[in-house]
Amino acid sequence: MDALFDIPIIGLVIQFAAYIFDQFPIVAPIIAAAAVPIVLGALCGFMNERSGVVNIGIEGMMLLAAFTAWWTASLSAQLIPTGPGPLGITPALLIGLACGIGAACLASLLHAWLSISLRADQIISGTIINIFAFGVTGYLNLLVSQHAPPAAGQFGKFLLPGSITELPLIGFLVKSFISIGPIAMSMLISVIVLQVLLFRSRWGLRTRAVGEHPRAAETVGIDVIRLRYRNVILGGVFAGLAGAYLTIEFGNAFQSGMTNGRGFIALAALIFGRWTPIGAFGAAFLFAASVGLERSIRIAPPTGSLGEILTAVPGQFYGALPYLITIVVLAGVVGRSIPPKAVGVPYEREKTGG
Amino acid sequence: MTPGAHNRAPALLEMRGITKRYPGVVANDAISLEIRAGEIHALLGENGAGKTTLMNVLYGLAAPDEGEILMEGLAIKIASPHDAIARGISMVHQHFMLVPVLSVADNILLGDEPMKNLVFVDRSAASARIRELGASFGWEIDPERPVGQLSVGWQQRVEILKAIYRNAKVLVLDEPTAVLTPQETKEIFGVLRRLKAEGYAIVFISHKLYEVLEIADMITVIRRGKVVGSREPATTNEDDLAELMVGREVQLTVDRGESHPGDRMLEVEGISVNDDRGREVVHDVSFEVRAGEIFGIAGVAGNGQDELVGAVTGLRRVHRGTIRLGGDDVTRADPRRLHKMGVGFVPGDRQRFGLVLSFPLSDNLVLNDYYHAPYARGLVRDDDAILRNAEAVIAKYDVRTPSATVPSQTLSGGNQQKLIVAREFEGDVRLLVLDQPTRGLDVGSIEFIHRQAVARRDTGVAILLISAELDEVLELSDRIGVMYRGRIVEVLDGRSASREEVGLLMATGGRTSGIQEQIVETAS
Amino acid sequence: MTAGARVVAALHRGRTVALVPALSIALALVIGAVIMILSSPLVSGEFDPTLPVTAYQAMLSGAFGSFDGVVRTLVNATPLVLAGLAVGIGFKAGLFNIGAQGQFLIGALTAAAAALALNDASPFVAIPIALVAGMLGGLLWGFVPGALKAYTGAHEVVVTIMLNYVALAVLSWAISGPLRGQNVTFARTDDLIGASLPIFLGRDGHIGLLIAAVSVPLASWLLYRSTIGFEIRTTGANPDAARYAGMHPRKLIVFTMSLCGLLAGLAGASQLLGEVGYMTASFSTTVGFDAIAVALLGRAHPVGILFGALLFGAMQAGSGNMQILAGLPVQMVGVLQATILLVLTAEVVVRRLFRVQASGPELVELASVSRSYGGKGTG
Repeated sequence: MDALFDIPIIGLVIQFAAYIFDQFPIVAPIIAAAAVPIVLGALCGFMNERSGVVNIGIEGMMLLAAFTAWWTASLSAQLIPTGPGPLGITPALLIGLACGIGAACLASLLHAWLSISLRADQIISGTIINIFAFGVTGYLNLLVSQHAPPAAGQFGKFLLPGSITELPLIGFLVKSFISIGPIAMSMLISVIVLQVLLFRSRWGLRTRAVGEHPRAAETVGIDVIRLRYRNVILGGVFAGLAGAYLTIEFGNAFQSGMTNGRGFIALAALIFGRWTPIGAFGAAFLFAASVGLERSIRIAPPTGSLGEILTAVPGQFYGALPYLITIVVLAGVVGRSIPPKAVGVPYEREKTGG
Repeated sequence: MTPGAHNRAPALLEMRGITKRYPGVVANDAISLEIRAGEIHALLGENGAGKTTLMNVLYGLAAPDEGEILMEGLAIKIASPHDAIARGISMVHQHFMLVPVLSVADNILLGDEPMKNLVFVDRSAASARIRELGASFGWEIDPERPVGQLSVGWQQRVEILKAIYRNAKVLVLDEPTAVLTPQETKEIFGVLRRLKAEGYAIVFISHKLYEVLEIADMITVIRRGKVVGSREPATTNEDDLAELMVGREVQLTVDRGESHPGDRMLEVEGISVNDDRGREVVHDVSFEVRAGEIFGIAGVAGNGQDELVGAVTGLRRVHRGTIRLGGDDVTRADPRRLHKMGVGFVPGDRQRFGLVLSFPLSDNLVLNDYYHAPYARGLVRDDDAILRNAEAVIAKYDVRTPSATVPSQTLSGGNQQKLIVAREFEGDVRLLVLDQPTRGLDVGSIEFIHRQAVARRDTGVAILLISAELDEVLELSDRIGVMYRGRIVEVLDGRSASREEVGLLMATGGRTSGIQEQIVETAS
Repeated sequence: MTAGARVVAALHRGRTVALVPALSIALALVIGAVIMILSSPLVSGEFDPTLPVTAYQAMLSGAFGSFDGVVRTLVNATPLVLAGLAVGIGFKAGLFNIGAQGQFLIGALTAAAAALALNDASPFVAIPIALVAGMLGGLLWGFVPGALKAYTGAHEVVVTIMLNYVALAVLSWAISGPLRGQNVTFARTDDLIGASLPIFLGRDGHIGLLIAAVSVPLASWLLYRSTIGFEIRTTGANPDAARYAGMHPRKLIVFTMSLCGLLAGLAGASQLLGEVGYMTASFSTTVGFDAIAVALLGRAHPVGILFGALLFGAMQAGSGNMQILAGLPVQMVGVLQATILLVLTAEVVVRRLFRVQASGPELVELASVSRSYGGKGTG
């Protein structure tokens, strides 16, 4: 066995596989946690793009939600100080969650208004939401933190009986993916529900029709504008959950620009996942895995020749890994992954006809 | 049944004084129309006359500026297609309103879905009903098949089922025969007659005189947004209708004279071409076009013509076979090299390929010559030379425009096409590729372009004409190649070929297997 | 036309063109005032309706109240002009270069590397080489998304954003590793002495200002007078027609993105060598994003971009004064800039509000940015 390790490359690959296998139970929760906001962001993109609207502003919507959730939770905690209930739930956190979702929905409404009603360029509209969110949250965060607001705490995790989480082999999987907080759980449920609705429900059928051929949908009596508005605003709910997750479930503080491109990675996950919730879910884990790898190499670097190589690579490389993977995935997959046909094209009800 | 004007049934649907204005045009000018149950009412007019606008008003896709719509004598308001459908009005649009990725069943039930419960669609019940409905017309329909995999003829049938599925009383068909073969047209006419007998009120929009005369009980002619007359088929003929439609006496065919074919100019030998999704859709096609002749390619849209044109004009890769121009191998030549070698190309989608709509006319006229003298010296454009060229061309081709510097999107479709024709026909041209050169144009522009084409032929230019309008191919071509499923199945003499003969080849590729089995195979 | 008539015509055109942006800016300032008033309890602890007046006054006097202030405005505008062109020329080709920030950072970093290597050389050698190094670094960072877009179809919007983050990682690695200074207390390079740009105006008016000034007419010439510009604009307005006309949209996309990267890289180099003097992790974090706003405000026209950059430069120059006199954090400028953009995008509303008939020049090339997202870009 040791002889194999001495063969260059193959030996390293085997060492790497063994290392991953060894570390997986430890990094699995990190990967799962990193995937949650990406999946939720991708669901926001899904709601938009399936009905024919590009949403580059997911990043900004998440950022707005993250700040709003954290700030309003903190304000409410001052007004109604209560101890945490089950899952760490307090009225303050629920208010924060609601406000975070509300903020993202408001931003979505703005996006809908600009890109559907005013027929502005959808990518510009999204970019403006990003710039606006970055500016406003940065500004308010600076003003708010002058007064050092109290922490509102964060949601806890579903606790499962030890007999399950300590099961050999699968125990850590259950722990990582089932014993999670309420927002993460809502993500899991949403993925399944949306996947089923897309292909079986009336809403799904109409949404697909509107995203592919809005004119055809209009001629059978579907109100394209209204459906797009509704889907874009509902999409805001998921961006809101994603943002709130960062500040009241995964962490309990806000930093300027803390979404760090997750909203854009979510878009790539959506493309990679061929515009389906399940696909985006799977793709998000690819990106999250790179976060897990970085963490694992930093905390418990492998030993031997593999360890020497991996630790010799600058840490910044691992930090940039999700972004590099996104680029590679986009370059490799676009063209094979066919977007909804009407995506990016504003819909005009009346057009000059012959 | 040809009832006289006075003893006809009361109108089921009436449009009164409909006026619809768009910036700069009055598309409908106080149009009134009465539509009766059990009657096929033809709306005749040339492209741009306002027929589609009128029907869009009826269907709630355009809001009229003036006028009202009455159903069974009562004024109704139709603000959206939803309202129209609720009133029993259904429409088969000129450009099919089908979602390609959705199945036949999904397309038909879209907007009127049978539900299992509040959330889920009851597909099985719908599929059964659609099968049954199709069978009643003798059509074997697979409700689960994605519509994008069907041939044009079958898509048309799906559109008709879609209308009937919604329990329509009024059925509007906008140029339903434009994409069909003569045989398919006959079948559709059979369906329309049967629906008429079942009591449907049918509006049939067309600019083809012989079709209107064949199928309609009543003909209303529209010109420039106004009703210019109504006729019953029994009391009129093609010449009368043509004059009414265009407003002057028209010569229905171009006098093209004998052709004098010279040397082989374009030689296509055994080429195969893929479509955008990488499927081979042109298989081993060979033909030649000689100098001084027009070679027309007839075929139902979607049988590989677009890809063939792409290959000949350097826009698409040929992966087998060779193309020669005047003896030189141009199989791999790009559009610029072909242009330099004397190939002019009038593209089928003129707004997508032929023009940059936001650019001024002058820039559009040098779109493929902007980089050399006299329009540029080195890297520097000569704006004065570009403008002078534009003014000369505008005068010569009678392009109607306020100036050479307005964006080309401000021009009418006919004038836009004239602009392209002017650019591509000028200079040392040896081969002209005309792809749907008159699609959507008014009669005047069609005449102009046909005359120009014949004139260029007579100066010794080889012309390759591709058109989905069988009439156009028959009218202009010296020889006709019929394209079917990516192959040229037959080459006929342009003067002796009959509509029926070519139509049958278009529909069956020469095998007499009948029209029923021509669902286009996809995953090949 | 005589020269005089040309000037009159140009002025007239300028008025119609500038009307809508000017009104948008005015409206945005009003909205900004509302935001200030609403957030005033957080600033001073009490509700203060006069806060916007104080703030705008302070900003104005900070930007234009003194010679130094004016120079400050110009210096701030310098990278915005160059990076604004890097975004604007991309727009003309139907490309949305959100990656100006990354190109800017990489340009600054490569310029820093070159300048460090030449720290003892003569400025006549060091300055040009460092500037060229910056341009090449930016070019590389623009070439990659251009090539990926042209040959794989990966949309430049997501790719350039990802490259912005990668650029941050590269920067962080470089200044804490190979380029880290000798006697520094945090991750930064040594002072770049050899290649520092000479000052010719006031306290800090460096020659980068002249580079920016020259680049505007050059870009104008390129876009509107040269055949390459015609090809770029055709590709942006209708890539299918460009291919039909014998142009090569893929090569043009690569060329344009590389050119954009070069300009953004030059902006980074000029900012580094003329203004900051050493490289840190917090080096000018928003120039690339402000450049997007500048390009949109200027409708992607080089002259418009110049004015947009001057406006933003002035706002930044006045922000320090605003913080001192009104107590508003400098981040308020970011909010104002975002508001201007927002109002500009909703310009239909602005026109209706002010009953302006004359339509501003439309950025038709932008339509293909979103369209290409759905995979209908270049053939």
